[in-house]
Amino acid sequence: MTYTQIALLAVPLMVLVDLFVLRTRLVTRKAFWVSYAIIVFFQLITNGMFTGFGIVQYDGDAIIGSASPETGPPAMFGDGRIAFAPVEDLLFGFALILFSLSLWVFFGRLGISRRPIAGPPIWRSRTRTSD
Amino acid sequence: MLGLPANLAYAGVLVFVLVGSLWLEVVLRTHVFARLPRLLLVLAVVIWPFLLWDAYAIHEGHWWFDTDRILGVYLPGDIPLDELLFFLVIPIASILTLEAVRSVRGWPVGDGADEEVLEQVNQS
Repeated sequence: MTYTQIALLAVPLMVLVDLFVLRTRLVTRKAFWVSYAIIVFFQLITNGMFTGFGIVQYDGDAIIGSASPETGPPAMFGDGRIAFAPVEDLLFGFALILFSLSLWVFFGRLGISRRPIAGPPIWRSRTRTSD
Repeated sequence: MLGLPANLAYAGVLVFVLVGSLWLEVVLRTHVFARLPRLLLVLAVVIWPFLLWDAYAIHEGHWWFDTDRILGVYLPGDIPLDELLFFLVIPIASILTLEAVRSVRGWPVGDGADEEVLEQVNQS
């Protein structure tokens, strides 16, 4: 299978794991999608570093775009790439992030390290929590 | 780059990810590392499908690494150590982000602490 094919399978697979295996239903939650929006912004930057500097390179037969060039960076946009990285990386990243967060919620629901809960941010009072 | 050995390039990107996310633990009090057993369980599970995927992709030649820009230590399956670190750092950064969003907004995620989190947001 190509990277494109595996990536296109990995996303629905992890959605099924979230919905029906771990039953965390994160894809139905605003907290997940807002977090993902923040994460994907930084993913584009870090992926751009990995691929723009040629740290990771790709076979043109495995991705929608063409192979990473022998020298110099690949296309920044276009030719199946977004910020130097193959668009497949966005699917890979989504699967990794969703599985990570789904497991985190799953183990919390089991009662493993459910506390201390998040917050409050340092700019908010924490003295009133015992009112 | 920055006078550092080129072999630290991949690891340097991971440091960038950590610098960009670890401050949330302090400033937004995400308490992710205060819940270490839960974090370690996530990491112990999440790496496997992606290490397998990585090993297959490396074997098939879907992707490869500039040997001058990675640490040069390899796991079974010809997986660079840098990749394992990636599969640890990205989940940590993702969880920090989710808990940061919860810290500020109090939106539910279904982990059994939603009411407590919302109460805390409403109180402060």
